[in-house]
Amino acid sequence: MAAYRSAAGFQRVLHAVKHVCFSKQRCGVIICRYSTVYDPNEKTFDKILIANRGEIACRVIKTCKKMGIKTVAVHSDVDSSAVHVKVADEAVCVGPAPTSKSYLNMDAIMNAIKQTGAQAVHPGYGFLSENKEFAKRLAAEGVTFIGPDTHAIQAMGDKIESKLIAKAAKVNTIPGFDGVVKDAKEAVKIAGEIGYPVMIKASAGGGGKGMRIAWNDEETSDMGFFLSGHISDICANGFCWCLQVLADKHGNALWLNERECSIQRRNQKVVEEAPSTFLDPDTRRAMGEQAVSLANAVKYSSAGTVEFLVDSKKNFYFLEMNTRLQVEHPITECITGLDLVQQMIRIAKGYKLQHKQSDIPINGWAVESRVYAEDPYKSFGLPSIGRLSQYQEPLDLPNVRVDSGIQEGSDISIYYDPMISKLVTYGKTREEALKKMEDALDNYVIRGVTHNIPLLREIIVHPRFVSGVISTKFLPEVYPDGFKGHMLTAGERRELLATAAALYVAAQLRSQKFLGDLRVSVVPAESRQWELCVELDKSVHMLGVSRSGNNYTVSEIVQNITSLVEIDGEKVEVSGEWNLASALLPITINGKHRTLQCLLRTAAGEISLQYLGTSFKLRVLSKLAASLSKHMPEKVPEDTSSILRSPMPGSVVAVSVKPGDNVAEGQEICVIEAMKMQNSMTAAKTAKVKSVHCKAGDTVGEGDLLVELE
Amino acid sequence: PDHLRFIRSYVSLQNARCYSVKHLSVQERIEKKRKAALTGGGQLRIAAQHKRGKLTARERLELLLDPDSFVECDMFVEHRCSDFGMEADHNKYPGDSVVTGQGRINGRLVYVFSQDFTVFGGSLSGAHAQKVCKIMDQAMMVGAPVIGLNDSGGARIQEGVESLAGYADIFLRNVMASGVVPQISLIMGPCAGGAVYSPALTDFTFMVKDTSYLFITGPDVVKSVTNEDVTQEELGGAKTHTTVSGVAHRAFENDVDALLNLRDFFNFLPLSNKDPAPVTECHDPRDRPVPGLDTIVPFESTKAYDMLDIVHGIVDEREFFEIMPNYAKNIVVGFARMNGRTVGIVGNQPKVASGCLDINSSVKGARFVRFCDAFNIPIITFVDVPGFLPGTAQEYGGIIRHGAKLLYAFAEATIPKITVITRKAYGGAYDVMSSKHLRGDVNYAWPSAEVAVMGAKGAVQIIFRGKENQAEAEAEYVEKFANPFPAAVRGFVDDIIQPSTTRKRICRDLEVLASKKQTNPWKKHANIPL
Repeated sequence: MAAYRSAAGFQRVLHAVKHVCFSKQRCGVIICRYSTVYDPNEKTFDKILIANRGEIACRVIKTCKKMGIKTVAVHSDVDSSAVHVKVADEAVCVGPAPTSKSYLNMDAIMNAIKQTGAQAVHPGYGFLSENKEFAKRLAAEGVTFIGPDTHAIQAMGDKIESKLIAKAAKVNTIPGFDGVVKDAKEAVKIAGEIGYPVMIKASAGGGGKGMRIAWNDEETSDMGFFLSGHISDICANGFCWCLQVLADKHGNALWLNERECSIQRRNQKVVEEAPSTFLDPDTRRAMGEQAVSLANAVKYSSAGTVEFLVDSKKNFYFLEMNTRLQVEHPITECITGLDLVQQMIRIAKGYKLQHKQSDIPINGWAVESRVYAEDPYKSFGLPSIGRLSQYQEPLDLPNVRVDSGIQEGSDISIYYDPMISKLVTYGKTREEALKKMEDALDNYVIRGVTHNIPLLREIIVHPRFVSGVISTKFLPEVYPDGFKGHMLTAGERRELLATAAALYVAAQLRSQKFLGDLRVSVVPAESRQWELCVELDKSVHMLGVSRSGNNYTVSEIVQNITSLVEIDGEKVEVSGEWNLASALLPITINGKHRTLQCLLRTAAGEISLQYLGTSFKLRVLSKLAASLSKHMPEKVPEDTSSILRSPMPGSVVAVSVKPGDNVAEGQEICVIEAMKMQNSMTAAKTAKVKSVHCKAGDTVGEGDLLVELE
Repeated sequence: PDHLRFIRSYVSLQNARCYSVKHLSVQERIEKKRKAALTGGGQLRIAAQHKRGKLTARERLELLLDPDSFVECDMFVEHRCSDFGMEADHNKYPGDSVVTGQGRINGRLVYVFSQDFTVFGGSLSGAHAQKVCKIMDQAMMVGAPVIGLNDSGGARIQEGVESLAGYADIFLRNVMASGVVPQISLIMGPCAGGAVYSPALTDFTFMVKDTSYLFITGPDVVKSVTNEDVTQEELGGAKTHTTVSGVAHRAFENDVDALLNLRDFFNFLPLSNKDPAPVTECHDPRDRPVPGLDTIVPFESTKAYDMLDIVHGIVDEREFFEIMPNYAKNIVVGFARMNGRTVGIVGNQPKVASGCLDINSSVKGARFVRFCDAFNIPIITFVDVPGFLPGTAQEYGGIIRHGAKLLYAFAEATIPKITVITRKAYGGAYDVMSSKHLRGDVNYAWPSAEVAVMGAKGAVQIIFRGKENQAEAEAEYVEKFANPFPAAVRGFVDDIIQPSTTRKRICRDLEVLASKKQTNPWKKHANIPL
């Protein structure tokens, strides 16, 4: 399956001569259109090695294919059947699963380059993309690094040096302390002078890593391991904008507009869009020009991103420059029509930029959702792992692009980033792009791992997001008690109940159809009126279903038992194909088209439906079965207060208790680390520790027993 | 003369009516008896039954069968015991302690009996047994499955040997019906002593969690004989029998859950050994590729994967009714459909004990294969087996004779047999797992298949004992044998297939094999190594 795809409709006209490039991928034909010219006579490299994995490796390979460049993938042993390995022309194993031994293993990657004769290396993002040592070693071997010079990487990689350079280049910088903080005491003192909130950054952290916001003295001094940081004040409700720049080796630089990246959780981006709703052309130009002057100041070449923090008065301040291709680059590609990877490769070869600043348009609107394998109900997303038992990207829809590096059957492992894909939709207007995103999320089939589609689907329809009032604190402000999934309106509730009832009847009718069996007595069930009991969130509804063809009319027939929903005597008409094998359930409810997904349907009447992004558990029973169910014994659920289970797969960093210890409620029991984050596990009650089932260094799965209390 | 006879009979009928008017008209007595039969042991006992979280015998049947399809038999039968005051009117219940008859599940005929715990604790009287035997006899004659819903305190002690005779009568019919019509037992309450052998003789035994028990002797007797302290649940509850003893095939949450699942399960089964396995309407494309299978087998042959992922990917709508999911988990067996047609699935489970064959998994697999063979259900076998489990525990336990059961079952089976070797097929276990040599109809190998006497390391240690360059020799062995070619060049596998095409291939093969006819030599019965 092609990992990186862009569906029809992305065509942007940039040049006088429209140039359309069709590319055939191994599995299926997907048309990708950029306005960029892929000139076969413009010689770049014969062979490029991509020192990365997953979607970004696939993304780079895709452009290489269009440019007629042979590709080499590197991979760890657990990735040997990964998509990026399959789509590359050659692949070299560079070590075992842990990134430090494979994707960060410079010796092995240098060997792979020698072995395959690759002339250039594209580092993607993360891993070695901003590693000056790696760039130096490549240069020493005469291999081209597709990215900026070592000097620029180094200068921009240091938070303090970069700020000084920016200042010199007349780029707005945040007032505050630019220097290394010695210890917690000094941090508190400086923070107090600046005024809270303040941001503390690790001097050499990339992206959101090592960035922490402190709101008071206590939090400032708590950030023990960020002591060597840099404090500056931050706007309480800041925006995060990223200016894409492109510069060649001949002193030419362009800015390719901004990306709005404010929706974040744990300082990592979740939803991005381009352009920003908040930015006016003048501010945009001012920011763009400052970004370009910064690029010129460090003699930048290649694609890079200048991040600005913006306050509510549209004052913008330089935050940092990322000297790599960013994760969310596709939305810039969508609105400008440029293929950034192609530009990076051209620039690395020494070609001049093809475009002038006036060539760079903002065509339409693009939105990107980062689809992660994580549980959005736990702190907006705790990583989850598993095998993608079913996986289907919504590529049938126009104006949808999915950048992914996985396919049905892939494993999401604890070793790497849990991103499943970047789902990008495009429209003439923001509204159109967002509507398309709703459809795309509804039609995206992911089974086998917990994913964050429920959260993404909620964000993009939230009134505050729709109105464009976005900030870095969007999630905690909108969901102060944590994300709880979609809250159904009365009308939506009716739709959901009716769909479950209709689905149940369709399945029941089918289970009576035996082909060629003469010993089946004919049941006149087709015309029957069904009386069903549908349970949702502990409230029970009596529904009557009548059927004609593939249409079901569902109405509430009896006063519902728990009377949580008022009766309005309304009839709901549900019609559809009722293909019970399909993961998608495209139906029409009262004339409105909806795509639901059936996640589960059991013989005992349990039905799980994904509706408006959130999955809902229902139970459909015949009236008889429902009335008899009241005699069934209540099963006592396991008492979870005395049992501590791992909330996610990961490794145990530390265990702070031993059997016989007395712990207080809320006391830390152990720390689990998974995918870049540490999670402190605390006691749910005051008790004595009965047994400890893990030790530091253990690998644990989700739900594994860690500690038992008495 | 005909005319006269008619008048005479009319007059006698009138006389009869005149007589009974003094007490109750027959019609009224019928009504009264029917009403009594419908309430079983009475409202108090029904309430007690509900309080235990259990449904009554009739409620269970109502839920199990299609609406209005139940046709009752022997509603007027009463027990014949006259000792210990049992002959008193208040000790007689029309229908006695079991409800019997026939009905439909999704339109298909089934004979049922449902023991009524509200009448003498569901205990088995001569009359009770006679009722059960009657429907079993008829089920065999017409060719329809028998489902027993068990909820009985045991023998009717007041009847003594008559009750024991009743059990034996049922056992005999269980044996006679075995392989003729499918027999299913659902244990929904106590089932102790001799009573346990009827479920044990049937094809499938299901249990309800927390409310059903199966044991030869209860905790009290156990205590007095072996001095063991054990609860009912530990001794013979659903968990014990589905995880430890292997007596029961599945357990369900409660009565409602169990009965609804039983309806679902019934749809997989043919009505009798003369009927074909059912074919239902299927929405899953028969030629659907399953891309996930191309990457499911890990490169390292020591790494496990979940055989259920393969099964779910290949079968219709990922629907797999697993039999004994929590017992001998190193083998996976159960029912599924391919293009709407019922199939039996057998697969080694690399995730548990590397998928080796041991005593329990052999017996579990063998019984399942024999059921499928008896009832015309094609078998699809997925092979990833490193061999039989070594060790004294296994040898002393008789792995030789138990392993032979699985070998026997596959060899004897004449239904369509399709085999897919996904990875390891080592040693004797390769032969056992529905190999070509045991009349496998279609045998496939995936590119990851290794058909060999043993793993490379062990083989090299034997072939090149004491020689240096073991590593080199191992590499040579891997090159030669750790792949599907040695089997393919000899025709022991029919083709090496791309895993993602497996569903398509099997669907096509099943259509071809639907008309397969194969018979074994005449014999009184075979002698499986029990």
